[in-house]
Amino acid sequence: MEMVKLTIDGKPIEVEENTTILQAAKKIGIDIPTLCYFQLNDMNIENRPGGCRICVVEVVGRRNLAPACSTNVAKDMVVNTHSIRVLNARRTVLELILSDHPAECLTCAKSGSCELQTMAQQLGVRELPYQGAQSTYRKDTSPAIIRDVDKCIMCRRCEMMCNEVQTVGALSAVNRGFMAVVAPAFEMNLEKSPCTYCGQCVSVCPTGALTEVDHSRNVINALADPAKTVVVQTAPAVRAALGEEFGLAPGTLVTGKMVAALRRLGFNYVFDTDFAADLTIMEEGSELLDRLTRHLKGDKSVKLPILTSCCPGWVNFFEHNFPDLMDVPSTAKSPQQMFGPIAKEYFGKKLGIERKNMVVVSIMPCLAKKYECQRDEFKVNGDPDVNYSLSTRELAHLIKFANIDFNSLPDEDFDNPLGESTGAAVIFGNTGGVIEAACRTAYELYTGKKLQKVEFNELRGLESIRHATLDFDGLPINIGIAHGLGNARKLLEDVQAGKSQFHAIEIMACPGGCIGGGGQPFHHGDSEIIKQRAAAIYREDVGKPIRKSHENPFIIKLYEEFLGKPLGEKSHKLLHTHYFDKSAGTFIEE
Amino acid sequence: MAKIKLSERKIAELKDVCKAFNNDKGELINVLHKAQSIFGYLPAELQEVIAKELNVSVAHVYGVVTFYSFFTMTPKGEHPISICLGTACYVRGAEKVLEEFKRVLKIQVGETSADGKFSLSCLRCVGACGLAPVVLVGEKVYGRVSPEGVKDIIAEYNV
Repeated sequence: MEMVKLTIDGKPIEVEENTTILQAAKKIGIDIPTLCYFQLNDMNIENRPGGCRICVVEVVGRRNLAPACSTNVAKDMVVNTHSIRVLNARRTVLELILSDHPAECLTCAKSGSCELQTMAQQLGVRELPYQGAQSTYRKDTSPAIIRDVDKCIMCRRCEMMCNEVQTVGALSAVNRGFMAVVAPAFEMNLEKSPCTYCGQCVSVCPTGALTEVDHSRNVINALADPAKTVVVQTAPAVRAALGEEFGLAPGTLVTGKMVAALRRLGFNYVFDTDFAADLTIMEEGSELLDRLTRHLKGDKSVKLPILTSCCPGWVNFFEHNFPDLMDVPSTAKSPQQMFGPIAKEYFGKKLGIERKNMVVVSIMPCLAKKYECQRDEFKVNGDPDVNYSLSTRELAHLIKFANIDFNSLPDEDFDNPLGESTGAAVIFGNTGGVIEAACRTAYELYTGKKLQKVEFNELRGLESIRHATLDFDGLPINIGIAHGLGNARKLLEDVQAGKSQFHAIEIMACPGGCIGGGGQPFHHGDSEIIKQRAAAIYREDVGKPIRKSHENPFIIKLYEEFLGKPLGEKSHKLLHTHYFDKSAGTFIEE
Repeated sequence: MAKIKLSERKIAELKDVCKAFNNDKGELINVLHKAQSIFGYLPAELQEVIAKELNVSVAHVYGVVTFYSFFTMTPKGEHPISICLGTACYVRGAEKVLEEFKRVLKIQVGETSADGKFSLSCLRCVGACGLAPVVLVGEKVYGRVSPEGVKDIIAEYNV
């Protein structure tokens, strides 16, 4: 590759050709503001439409200003990134963008995390000099995501995420000019589109155009109702990211403070989704072993590979796109949905709490969980097993709303029995974690031997598609892992074509797994934050006295007292589910 | 995928069009062109079939259809009426002619009358400036049209 010498803000630099001015400037510590541009470095995720023109710079000898994100360096180029001409142009560009943006910052859900707001501050916008037509478009509320496209600035990050990364294809830019919006086909509501509610569009939206459906008010009302026993469960990935909302460094584990905060909010029992994750391993791991042993005995009816089913975004994805493979994923419910019936049918009954008086709330890094808990098959006579699912961000807002000084809280422990969990459960938050947890248990149950080392490092990492062969005492087990639905699609197409060599495949819809979920604090394209969260999850695992799901004493007790055995009759009724063919979903009205 | 209301034969014809372009997603615009020439417009069902054949999302197909003004999702009337708004026609009163068509047919530009007989569109110069203002009904050209003559033109087709 040819090297190119140029000067940026008086500093000489030599970079490879095909480098953009933006990338070159970054190498020497010069920050050029960007708005539509988006990148998650280590995951091959980039949005570079060159549309917003915020990143313009002056190139000496060039008549007009150049967008730094999409202009390549050239030999002997002289670039000024912060001349008065540039600064004025940037502000004018932003003022024009703002001329068609509702000035609702005081009440906007995105206020405080909005990149447009931050940019207006940074560029010193103090008035809105341009008055003109305002876009008006109906608000579209789905079970998990709200589209308020009047706040859209057409950066098209969501479109890139939905199409290139996730290959879901729910969103596209439609119409042209002033009328252009990002919308599902035929401008139908998101609910009628193949949207999986993975929430990755929300996690990259720079403004309040895409936000989650906020259920905090419902939770506050439940907490205020003396007739209700309100039980909360928290997903593994939440504890590794919640601290960011309170100014703590990414990767700070706040498990104890989170429990303390939930108790102060008034939840009667603070439990852990990790308990249900251990339960998931018992069921899903047993299913894996069952299919595997039957396969080894020559049973041709056995479907392999088995696919994990913990991720509701992924479940939606295969229901829409691979209905012919619906008998391949595990039938085990996700941990969130295993927790619900155990809380209401086991714990509640034990304490004599009537189902109608119990409210189960989940705290999730995820937006698809909001949709999942509303699915009809997870309701008993209309009462959902899990009543409300809040995102990590919503919990942070709730803590601030209740005037709780999070950082000065003491560390507290989860309540028993549904708060006790193992290290295997906490790693569910990372890509590769579910299958590692399953292998810890499956290995010991299959071989009857103790694992010498519980970590399976070959299953870890952030590579988009990974595979490893584990040695189950002479039996080679082929494991595949994908995170991000576009990567999942590749593995699924192999399964469809009968080319897959895997015995088991783990899939998580979000890049990085749940730690990079659509309900997590905004990372604004900083992949280092996702890495720090992943490291925190593995630290939490190492710190646990028990690190294998089948050794969780409360899980053992639950089977003895209530469930019987994994894959037994009661388990099937409460902990397993079935899937629906949603491929026939069409936009066309009857 | 979709609940198809188009006839099986037409669907087969559409699939042949896609096949003629090797079901290549890069040929989407060409496929849409051809499809519109066969069907006269691009209804939602048709876009779903094309999306499936070319392995792209329906949202993407719809995005392309709505971006280019040539593509339409409204069926054209039996007798498509086009009014030239080129410079010569414009200065000789084409706008008044257009207003009269809109008033008589009770439709806007880009729309089709309720009985499906007429649709209204505008174009820029048919190269018959000597006849300005010019109106096309189907392939037939009418020259020196006045607002008063509009009713007579419509009457010719309303039999």
